[in-house]
Amino acid sequence: MRFYEYESRRIVESAGIPVTEYGFCRTADEARAAAERIGGPTVIKSQVLTGGRMKAGGVKFADSPEEAASHAEEILQLEISGHMPVGVLVDPKAEVEQEYYAAVLWDGRAKRPMMLFSDMGGIDIEEVAEQHPDHVGRGHLSNLHPVPDFRAKEVVAAAGGLTGRELTRATPILARLAQLQRDYDMTLAEINPLARLSDGSFVALDAHMEMEDEAVPRQTKKLAKLEIEVDEPRELYEPSDFERNVKAIDEADHRGVIQGKDHGFDGNLGLVIGAGGGSLTLTDAVRSQGGRPANYAEIGGNPSVAKAKGLAMEVLKKEGVEKIAVMMSIVSNTRVDIVARGVIKACLALGKDPAETITVFRIPGAWEEEGAKILGKYGIEFKDRSTSMWEAAGEAVQKVQGAG
Amino acid sequence: MSILLGEDFTFIVQGITGREAVNLTKECLDYGSKVVGGVTPGRKGREVHGVPVFDTVAQAVDNHGSEIDGSVVTVPPAFTKDAVIESIENGIKLIVVVTERIPRRDVAEMVELANLRGARIIGPNCLGLIVPGVCKMGGIGGPASDAAKAYERGRIGVMSRSGGMTTEISSTLTAAGLGVSTAISIGGDAIIGSTYAELMPLYEEDEETEAIVIYTEPGGRMEAELVDWREQSGSRLPIVAFMAGKFMDEEEMKGMSFGHAGTIVEGAEDSATEKIKRLEDAGIPVVERIDEIPGAVKEKLGVAA
Amino acid sequence: MARTSEQHGVFIRVDVDEQVRGDAELAAKLEEVCPVDIYANADGKVEVVERNLDECILCNLCVEAAPPGGVVVKKLYDGTELRR
Repeated sequence: MRFYEYESRRIVESAGIPVTEYGFCRTADEARAAAERIGGPTVIKSQVLTGGRMKAGGVKFADSPEEAASHAEEILQLEISGHMPVGVLVDPKAEVEQEYYAAVLWDGRAKRPMMLFSDMGGIDIEEVAEQHPDHVGRGHLSNLHPVPDFRAKEVVAAAGGLTGRELTRATPILARLAQLQRDYDMTLAEINPLARLSDGSFVALDAHMEMEDEAVPRQTKKLAKLEIEVDEPRELYEPSDFERNVKAIDEADHRGVIQGKDHGFDGNLGLVIGAGGGSLTLTDAVRSQGGRPANYAEIGGNPSVAKAKGLAMEVLKKEGVEKIAVMMSIVSNTRVDIVARGVIKACLALGKDPAETITVFRIPGAWEEEGAKILGKYGIEFKDRSTSMWEAAGEAVQKVQGAG
Repeated sequence: MSILLGEDFTFIVQGITGREAVNLTKECLDYGSKVVGGVTPGRKGREVHGVPVFDTVAQAVDNHGSEIDGSVVTVPPAFTKDAVIESIENGIKLIVVVTERIPRRDVAEMVELANLRGARIIGPNCLGLIVPGVCKMGGIGGPASDAAKAYERGRIGVMSRSGGMTTEISSTLTAAGLGVSTAISIGGDAIIGSTYAELMPLYEEDEETEAIVIYTEPGGRMEAELVDWREQSGSRLPIVAFMAGKFMDEEEMKGMSFGHAGTIVEGAEDSATEKIKRLEDAGIPVVERIDEIPGAVKEKLGVAA
Repeated sequence: MARTSEQHGVFIRVDVDEQVRGDAELAAKLEEVCPVDIYANADGKVEVVERNLDECILCNLCVEAAPPGGVVVKKLYDGTELRR
């Protein structure tokens, strides 16, 4: 789950990390008021979930509350990468002595969270790590013990040899960031830049948080306390009708699982495929043999006939789709005969001839003999495991190209 | 020889009264596995296909009269960590976690504890493992007769991030007369109990295993870990790989998620293209088609195709 | 020409013998055992819920719950039956 910058600020602040006197504003008037309260020059930042705000003109500097209001007015109507802002952040333009980088993220190989700190903040950390490795400190955390301050201290001390007040002030911030990463199930908790102001104090100038999707259900109450709505859609792109419809069908029926995606797919071969790994393999196999998938899909678990039918119907209803390929890796708990019934019913419901519409049916496994009987009745050849996934995909591609 | 499981291997099923667990319990029993107990808090005294149900793992161990070797955990995500730790703390050494959608933090905790206690976790979000003709631990391969069709005893070790593809690949190896020594569905999550590199030493010691096949996807750094292990260990085992999800490298697909939770590309390093290159540079061929796997394996073994 | 139509009982047909259709005990039992809700207990009479027919998983529980020949499940795709 992605957060808007203003939400990340709230989270970071709740963890005891100093933030600016920022204001989150939904109107130009609110922006003016925030700038007045802050006093002095401000930065007005679009609140969208995509990056590239600076380049798109979504970050502007203002010298007066009036200017802040006019920038806010502009930015609130500025679409960035297909997204409209939910508001603007009004930040004081800080008098920064130095910028640092602080983050806690998962190290999958170590299977532990890892702290990162650098005294070269504000820029791309991967570049810094490559070109100035002695300015980047790293340290892992045990999953079984409380977050130890000394670990944070070690990491900060390793970043360009930080010592003195810089060390003693940055350490608790990194430690609290590590605690935050744990408490909020963040896959990424990043502050870039962490700024040291002229009075020596540290403040988070920008915060980027990402929460693990699987953990969201157990975090909703905590987030609600910070007035962060979990239900609000946070996709990087707007789901299509196809995607939404498939999701609705899946959610309405607990039997089995279906999923459909078509963002970035514009082909003419509808895919009714599974399971997870099988879907990836089959999508590759179709494309590698010159096919153009209209969508990606996954069937998993033990779906009802209605669910299988629902997915197939949505695929067939897509513009430009006349034919589908029904293929899966060998199934153990998905019933071949149930899927067969579902896809045939989808064709019948749309007034289509199943034998013409289904280019290939390749699902070996549980109840396959029964499935073969059903398909046979409708003139569809059942392909068992002696037809490889690659071959099945190739046949589907040929049939679609032959027709076109 | 095979790895991890043997004829005398005993295990329990935690969450045994759930729909999926009832199913896999029957499948495992039919296959000849020794399912010696089940645990669902509050349901002590029941039976699932003749397997006694207990409230606690300790009761199951007590009833068995000696150490129990393993557990298959199908408990919902909010309770999985507790169930796994319960098993670990009751001396169980091999734990298969079927449950998916467990928060990463919980998984990392279980895995770290298992390491401390000398226990091993397979999964989560996996279908278990199987030694053909000897023991099936989890839903892998489905009903006993279906599993027998796909899995014949042989010389190839199989490790896969996808449960279904473990069976597809094993079936292909079986049809080619190579067979499977031990097949493991290692799980689709970002953090799992046992990675390829962590399981390789076990296969290395198994005289029966002559080659390895891995199924992998974009996301994560397991291939780099595997390559590093091979370099350091001087392994005797040739490896053949299959990479699914190559289409995810396309520009239009960037940022989208497909497949399992672990199939999220966070940087160039864990894209399909990068991984394929890394594997091939290390002498691990990455075949284009599942049906090319047996041929590639036979070539590595110096056997006629 | 594309027409959207909802068809029920394309693959499965269930025949309930007239003699047992009014058996209240059976009506209750069938409603209970069928995992896909093909049977409903309509005031002590066995009612077949048409829209669920094609969900039949061929488990045989309904056939076994009824007296011999009381409930017959017909597989329309190959003409065979589940009966007791």
